[in-house]
Amino acid sequence: MSALDIGTGFLEATVRTATPLAFAALGECISERAGVINIGLEGSIIAGALGATVAAGVIGVGGGFAVGALAGVAVAAVFALFTVGLKADQIITGTAITMFALGLTGTLYRTIFGTSGVALSTPTTGVVAIPGLSSLPLVGPGLFAQPLATYVVMLLAPFLAWWLQRTHGGLALRAIGEYPEAAVAAGIAPRRVQALAVLFAGGMAGLAGATLVLAQAGTFVEGMSAGRGFIAIAIVVLGRWRPLGVAAAALLFGAANSLQTLFQSMGFTGVPYQLFLALPYVLTLLVLAGASGRAASPAALGKRVG
Amino acid sequence: MNARAFWYRGVAPLAAVLVAALLLLSLLLLATGHDVGPALQALVRGAFGSSYAITSATMVRMVPLGFAGLAVSLAFRAGILNVGAEGQLLIGAAAATAMAVPMAGVSPVIGIPVLLVAGATAGAVWAGIAALLRLRFGVLEVISTIMLNFVALYLTGWLVRGPLQEPTRINPQSASLPDALHLPVLLDGTRLHAGVPLLVVVAVGVWWWLSHTASGFRVRAVGANAFAAQSAGGIAVSRTVFTAFLLSGLLAGLGGAVEYTGITYALYENFSPGYGYTAIAVALMARLHPVGVLGTALLFGALEAGANAMQRDAGVPSVVVSVVEALLILLVVAADRVVDRVGDRVDTPVAARAEAAT
Repeated sequence: MSALDIGTGFLEATVRTATPLAFAALGECISERAGVINIGLEGSIIAGALGATVAAGVIGVGGGFAVGALAGVAVAAVFALFTVGLKADQIITGTAITMFALGLTGTLYRTIFGTSGVALSTPTTGVVAIPGLSSLPLVGPGLFAQPLATYVVMLLAPFLAWWLQRTHGGLALRAIGEYPEAAVAAGIAPRRVQALAVLFAGGMAGLAGATLVLAQAGTFVEGMSAGRGFIAIAIVVLGRWRPLGVAAAALLFGAANSLQTLFQSMGFTGVPYQLFLALPYVLTLLVLAGASGRAASPAALGKRVG
Repeated sequence: MNARAFWYRGVAPLAAVLVAALLLLSLLLLATGHDVGPALQALVRGAFGSSYAITSATMVRMVPLGFAGLAVSLAFRAGILNVGAEGQLLIGAAAATAMAVPMAGVSPVIGIPVLLVAGATAGAVWAGIAALLRLRFGVLEVISTIMLNFVALYLTGWLVRGPLQEPTRINPQSASLPDALHLPVLLDGTRLHAGVPLLVVVAVGVWWWLSHTASGFRVRAVGANAFAAQSAGGIAVSRTVFTAFLLSGLLAGLGGAVEYTGITYALYENFSPGYGYTAIAVALMARLHPVGVLGTALLFGALEAGANAMQRDAGVPSVVVSVVEALLILLVVAADRVVDRVGDRVDTPVAARAEAAT
């Protein structure tokens, strides 16, 4: 295999694995800018994955994405009920929500599909190659021959950046995360905005789960979210709570995930594969440690509001 | 806490939470097309239906849940959200497994304590990484400990296929622990081992330390209000947090070593079916009280034992138990919020009476 082929494959795998992470992290970015840290993101991802699996078999891939997003919203609604409604601790609630969703999806999956061991396969989205661009050397297949979901996330990042900085709604959302008292004085209802932000993040996480199933794995596996919700939270920190930074950080994590494939294609086989499996989590720790001292987090993040 | 507060803040909400969780479980069973009656019967039978169920299913599961629950309680008391008991427990078990090789042939009086100390130390070191990350770099421990759980899981996976794999190199697990180094079995014909009394002793010890020593007081003060502890109390907050974090990891690591020397006698990939996560519910239900953890660990041990029986006898997926555990956490949180609101009104006359009496 030539060096160019290896590089092309690595880029393609990087963008592919970054897509679900970017969905979840962009949603969490909005939620955190409104002052709510949702550790239950993982729960929305796995619910989105199961929702997409069930729906895609019945109403097709598009319906799968829609139901996946709704399942993510439903899980986030429980989180919002407790944290925004009852003002319960965000971290403890989020931890419980993750346990709840992992257990519930496992139970439902085994109830619906049984434990026969027969691999369940769902329809998947095809690759949409953009004419001309996709045949560029090196970057073509990575950036311009991807499933539709990847293009959606590519457009979503700049849109959210614009929305946060330039619109009235974005300003109100940021005000609540930075300085809730002033936002309330300005006539903004903090709890409504926070609830909407949490639901939006849930929907995005649901899409992340749907992408895992419908654009990548083509099947549902219990616990297949595999900590992506937590990695997404680290990505938000690395991206310094800005949508474009978050998208770039997601790419970095996609690259870390794809290193295993890169090493294999380059012929290194002596390294234990568990090292590559652990790499994204180690990277998260290193990134979070390195991001300290550059505190840019919303001032009221995690605090009880209203 | 006076008697009245004990009932309406402690016992009544717990009872309500248990009943509510049972009702929600029944609804979930109905919704997934299971017969509720037989399923719940299997649950109770699997947990308490026979002396064997009690000693060899329920109480045996109580041990790792209890140690991990103590770890979570101690950390939460200090205001540390250590959700990494799972990884600390795994690393503790792995360290004990690694020490078993040089300890083969050594007298159990020395060998067993060495294994337990190795596990506890490794758990403390693993928690120490998260403690350093928080104190030095300001990394939220909720994220770092979960990341370390995944790293511990893959590290274990590598160990049991690499350096610690059994000699025939067929199965992804460690060699069996020599009989001499097993924790003593307390009742012949059961799996009840010396880890149970050890857990009780450690729980009482943690409670005594928290409530009767200066360092225990510092931990509670920092957890209650770190700012006040530092400014008014003159307490070195960072050092207290570091100590509490290490002790928390030590307890979880010890739990892993006890599980290895008392029950599994080998290390393998799915060594812990999520004991460290369940421990969060164990600790919260006990209101972070170390002796209370003994009771809630028994309850959750029963739940896990019962869930296995429910899967075996009634075909209910055993993962349903983590839904119940999550519901218990959420219901406790909700009950606390409700009791706080109602309790503020009820507390006032009690406090006023107490003041009048002095």
